[in-house]
Amino acid sequence: MSTDALVDFNEALTRYEPALGFEVHVELNTKTKMFSDAPNEFGDEANTNVTPVDLGLPGTLPVVNGKAIEYSIKLGLALNCSIAESCRFARKNYFYPDNPKNFQTSQYDEPIAFDGWLDIELDSGRVIRVDIERAHMEEDAGKLTHLGGTSGRIQGASASLVDYNRAGVPLVEIVTRPILGVGADAPELGRKYVAAIRDIVKALDVSDARMERGNVRCDANVSLAPIGADKLGTRSETKNVNSLRSIERAVRYEIERHAAILDAGESVVQETRHWHEDTRTTSSGRPKSDADDYRYFPEPDLVPVVTSRERVEEIRATLPELPAARRARLSAEWGFSEEEFRDVVNAGLDSAIDETVTAGATPAAARKWWMGEISRLAKDTELEPTEQGITPADVVEIEALIAEKKINDKIGKQVLQLVAAGEGRPGEIVEAKGLAVVSDDGPLLAAIEEAMAGAPDVVEKIKAGKVQAIGALIGPVMKATRGQADAGRVRELVLEKLGVQG
Amino acid sequence: MSAISRDDVAHLAELAHIAMSDAELDRMAGELDAIVDAIASVSEVAGDDVPATSHPIPLANVFREDVVGVTLTQEEALSGAPDQQDGRFKVPAILDED
Repeated sequence: MSTDALVDFNEALTRYEPALGFEVHVELNTKTKMFSDAPNEFGDEANTNVTPVDLGLPGTLPVVNGKAIEYSIKLGLALNCSIAESCRFARKNYFYPDNPKNFQTSQYDEPIAFDGWLDIELDSGRVIRVDIERAHMEEDAGKLTHLGGTSGRIQGASASLVDYNRAGVPLVEIVTRPILGVGADAPELGRKYVAAIRDIVKALDVSDARMERGNVRCDANVSLAPIGADKLGTRSETKNVNSLRSIERAVRYEIERHAAILDAGESVVQETRHWHEDTRTTSSGRPKSDADDYRYFPEPDLVPVVTSRERVEEIRATLPELPAARRARLSAEWGFSEEEFRDVVNAGLDSAIDETVTAGATPAAARKWWMGEISRLAKDTELEPTEQGITPADVVEIEALIAEKKINDKIGKQVLQLVAAGEGRPGEIVEAKGLAVVSDDGPLLAAIEEAMAGAPDVVEKIKAGKVQAIGALIGPVMKATRGQADAGRVRELVLEKLGVQG
Repeated sequence: MSAISRDDVAHLAELAHIAMSDAELDRMAGELDAIVDAIASVSEVAGDDVPATSHPIPLANVFREDVVGVTLTQEEALSGAPDQQDGRFKVPAILDED
């Protein structure tokens, strides 16, 4: 559907320097809405989580949710922002059916948090500081469903349906300053920045942070300027890029599209763009126009929010350890290689491993099980590794069973599968299924003798000092004992029997 | 000097989705201008030491506890809707494809 001319990404970067800017909307997970006591709940029946305030009915008055203010301050502090001593709400006026009041209650010239920053570490180890201009409070809009068009798009729709359950849900909009000098790292920076915000709001527990539900949404601004130019180019704003992968792709696409326009000697139009996940392209939304004259003015129905410095410090004291600091600490404590640690973080298993270590496993063992067998099982079940019913305590228990030589690694894997299948905890499963390794030498010796009788050539090799040939005996022994033999013990017994030094 | 031009009024009318005739635009330009002039005299009295105010009562921090209250039923919510479908408000096409 898109016929945009593109220039290859790497080629574009030989001539142009990208500048980025992000607006990230975070839905807070307060129990009620920003200005009404309707429930802030996702997925309920349409138009049931509404009060007259949310529908903008005449004669209603908004009242600010105190918890939403506290959460906004928390988030501002986590983004290294200053918190306004006094700030106000403002009306942003526009007509759109998802907004029943014909204005959105937002903040304009007095955001609650401003002048912050966030350091983003890229895969290469490069750290880019993103300056945060502001984080302001506002309310979400209702949800539109378009009828009659193709694939639910607004283009060509004959009518639209509106559910106002989401109208009035508290939002914090986080706006960066222009991010310069990132070059080819631009797409990765976009993804990592939004991931960092998501992880922070999750750690603060101020948002459910589920991107697939729209709890964290990103508008990505991209512009290009010829390398060495002293001013920014014209930007496009790609709206609602709502997965981490799409952010990376959308930034890359816009760089390729802008470069082609500039190469042709034309000008980029300042406009909003829509991201299409199916074709991985953007299409023109509407150009900036007179309709963007929002005529902001202070909200007369609400009084200012005043935050004393004592209150700011009180809230600061409640901040948990933030993701970046936590990662630095864990990286130092666990002693993994940089690559191993990055893989763990990218797999989203740092918390699971942390809990497993806290529960008593060594970091290496915790990593081995979570990144290995548990992740492999997760691929089969198409669940998250941590959502299969396998707990950190189970991993610790399996490690203990192995240390006591009750089971070996192979049976450990089998036990994990049974834990995931809901058969109980590892110790119970080993007991109930008779999975304990054969440590009684009697049956083991019988199996070994049988194996040696079946492979006299191997026995000769071992006798001649080729100790590694024992491997050929371990297979049959395992088979005979249904995998329950302790391979180390088999080896010892074979050497003992043949009188060979190991 | 005129603070509000006829073009300003036409622009505001468009933003506010109000259809106005030429005669109305002429009249409103004059009337709004008189109002702006009247308000301007307040600014003359207020010196630099008087901060702008958005609220006549010196109040701050009027907050509500984060506790769920009474909501409308879907039927009540839709009772004033000109059109509805599937428990939702039905509105005309948003883009007019011009």
